[in-house]
Amino acid sequence: MSIPVGSTLPTGAAPDEPGPGALAAPGDTRSARTRHLPRLGVGGWVSVGIIVFAVLLAIFGPLVRPYDPNQVSLSYANVGPVGGHLLGFDGAGRDLLSRLMVGARSTLLGAALVSSVAVAIGSSLAVLTAWFGGRFDTAVSSGLDVMFAFPGILLAVLAAAVFGPGLLAAGLALSMAYSPYLARVLRGAALKERAMAYIQAGEVQGFSSWWLCFRHLLPNISSLIVAQGTIFFGFAVVDLAALSFLGLGIQPPQADWGVMVSEGKTPLLQGYPLEAISAVVCIVLVVSAVSFLGEKLQERPMDVQR
Amino acid sequence: MTHPALLRVTDLTVRLRLGEQMREVISGSTLEIGAGEAMGLVGESGSGKSMTARAIARLLPAGAEVSGQVDFDGTDVLALSGAELRAHRSKVAVVFQDPRAHINPVRRIEDFMTESLRTIDDVPKAEAARRAAYGLEEVGIDDPAKRLRQYPHELSGGMLQRVMIAGALLSEPRLLLADECTTALDVTTQSEVMAILDDLRRERGLSMLFITHDLELAGAVCDRTCVMYAGQVVETRAADQLHFDPLHPYSAALVQARPDITSSAHRLVAIPGRPVSAFEAPGGCRFAPRCPHVTDACREDEQSLSELDGGRVRCGRSGDLRGSLLPPVSHA
Amino acid sequence: MSSPGPDVVQPALSVRGLRKEFGAHVAVDDLSFDLLPGRSLAIVGESGSGKTTVARMIVGLERPTAGTITACGRDRSKPARKGQERKLRGREVQIVFQDPYSSLDPRQSGADLVDEVLRLHHSYDVATRRRTVAELADLVGLDERQMHARPRSLSGGQRQRVAIARALAAEPRVLILDESVAALDVSIQAQVLNVLADIRDERGISYVLISHDLAVVRQLTEDALVMQHGKVVERGATGQLLDSPRHPYTQMLRASVPGPGWKPVRSLREATRY
Repeated sequence: MSIPVGSTLPTGAAPDEPGPGALAAPGDTRSARTRHLPRLGVGGWVSVGIIVFAVLLAIFGPLVRPYDPNQVSLSYANVGPVGGHLLGFDGAGRDLLSRLMVGARSTLLGAALVSSVAVAIGSSLAVLTAWFGGRFDTAVSSGLDVMFAFPGILLAVLAAAVFGPGLLAAGLALSMAYSPYLARVLRGAALKERAMAYIQAGEVQGFSSWWLCFRHLLPNISSLIVAQGTIFFGFAVVDLAALSFLGLGIQPPQADWGVMVSEGKTPLLQGYPLEAISAVVCIVLVVSAVSFLGEKLQERPMDVQR
Repeated sequence: MTHPALLRVTDLTVRLRLGEQMREVISGSTLEIGAGEAMGLVGESGSGKSMTARAIARLLPAGAEVSGQVDFDGTDVLALSGAELRAHRSKVAVVFQDPRAHINPVRRIEDFMTESLRTIDDVPKAEAARRAAYGLEEVGIDDPAKRLRQYPHELSGGMLQRVMIAGALLSEPRLLLADECTTALDVTTQSEVMAILDDLRRERGLSMLFITHDLELAGAVCDRTCVMYAGQVVETRAADQLHFDPLHPYSAALVQARPDITSSAHRLVAIPGRPVSAFEAPGGCRFAPRCPHVTDACREDEQSLSELDGGRVRCGRSGDLRGSLLPPVSHA
Repeated sequence: MSSPGPDVVQPALSVRGLRKEFGAHVAVDDLSFDLLPGRSLAIVGESGSGKTTVARMIVGLERPTAGTITACGRDRSKPARKGQERKLRGREVQIVFQDPYSSLDPRQSGADLVDEVLRLHHSYDVATRRRTVAELADLVGLDERQMHARPRSLSGGQRQRVAIARALAAEPRVLILDESVAALDVSIQAQVLNVLADIRDERGISYVLISHDLAVVRQLTEDALVMQHGKVVERGATGQLLDSPRHPYTQMLRASVPGPGWKPVRSLREATRY
């Protein structure tokens, strides 16, 4: 082959190259601990900052809020920022800042619940189908294909209709709706890992399938699981907010960012946009930060430890 | 030397970006290949043999830092760019280890083989196809017209590697860089591909740099063999002599470490430790930590290549050690 | 079935009429051999000869279409249903794979890997396990630091030693070496071959070496069988088989190995009248 113009370096050809192994060769000055952390960059660290702040808010927000978030004083309805009330008041005259701080808890808790349940279901399905293969895999995969047909929101609406509106029903419905996507992505990784010689060596040793799946296979796809989990956390914040907006998720007067967007729509049309905007900004910041971090985690080559 | 030099690599040093650091992978490599000469380049992992070939073909990864000189037929290869570089690359062909990784799986063999002829040399399509068919015949492929219409997945690995060789020779190169090009093949297929390569090379007076980890294979098809260790050339020697009268302790160790197909030893003479890359190598002689003949001076002094008995060796003790590196052998 | 008499040694591994089909393709066809304790058998062949399928059937990673496999007098032709049976089989036959990079769990150090196997098979206390790990490390030539390092900071040869130590931890009677030294550098390959020879001297274990490399086969085994397209074409003592091969295919294989005075031949089939 004469080399085509502008050809790039062919990879994988030469056993001679210092490969990934060489990167980890003795003399590498980074310590073993730091090497496991992906390089985050400025955006990554900003994201970490936002997430830490949001989590602190979810934990301590209801304790340190300046005012009672449900204290209605109609005379202050839609009044802008005044002394002591940094963001002013909503349509019912409740302190906006306090409502934002208190709302962080249900918003983040709901999304965390949804994404962790979805990850648990999705990764179990992925590992089991990859492990047992054959007809079991075919049956589960076709089942998942059916699930793909239902949008998450639709499922959640259905759940709300059956079980009544509320965070739990909506959250579980969303988890169910997300898990097929997670299962499909993770199944590929699990299949690849399943075919690795170290898993087969374990089978020859006589280890049980459960042991090999949960002590060896699952931990080795954990970085992908975490990355996927963060991505679906972002989706969950948005979808839960949408459900609250539709009146199917968290119910007013409880403070929640989604509920605030919903309740803020009337003042918004009347020219008082602060409630809707402040809640939307919070949602966008947290979702962007988590998604960005998730992508950073996923960029980390899966076999970097190998 | 009987061959006038076609390629002269002098003091080639290459650094690559690995992670966040620049790491040296070749340190002052020096070798030359005459017109029509076959040079074997032998070494273990990290020796820098493949990178040497890539530097010659100017196929190093982006961001590589290169110093030293690569002179090909009077042109300074490292200074080339644009059209001159393309012209250089049509004179230097490369055949890699894994043919499937270097061929577009969704295009026919004909498209692959004639692409550079048609795009770079402006050869008309029919003429390019005719030349491709002739090329396939030369590498011993029956019914070339049929093969040209096939896709890569329809061909076996050995067949595909022959296609790669035929393709490489279409632009009438003067130097062939064969990078472990038979390593992935079965032994019987390897033998056939090597024979084809050897015949074509002699017919065309083509120079060849044959990169391999197999000292005996290099010895069988090359005029001279060059042994690399940790980014340096440690010995260059006539191929048939290297096997029986190596000058460098590392070459001797390589010869002995390989099991012998004609007899089984109780224990093999293994080299302790593991092969290192240039950037991991210690100061002084790079082979010193693994060398059975090491002295304090070896550990301290940087060794340089010196001429000895028609070859070159990078070992301060090669004069004393000559002839004692291998146990007495009873090869007929 | 008569039980072996007192002067007859029971084979460590016995294979009878082994056959494997993948759809219409017959990968292994009517393979039989006996492997006595402490002996080594090479299965030689090129890609597609079925040699790796044989290895996978012996350790239970593939199910034979027909035929029987008996190790230490116990049948293992059918998949093990019970956990106890799987463990028993693990103590009879172990395997070391070709690729040193995928054969270790990247999250476990060599010591952890070996310890995990010891806990599975033996009811040793902590001190005994620790001592056994150290003994195995010593046997395969790894030092304390290397045994406690993650696989990523080990070289290919060191990883392969860890894989050998893990396989030996089960104290198997038979060790299958599936191209286990093929991916290693020449100098490292010699080290690992020496380690394997030492282990055999010390433990009286039997090897089945699956390989395409005739020089490695000569170094490590006493008996060999040559496979082509799933069938055995020649068998015999390794030295004799390599010095004076009788079957044309074996002759062709032998003629393809480079060595002093060797020249590649364009058509081996003609040269060896195969």
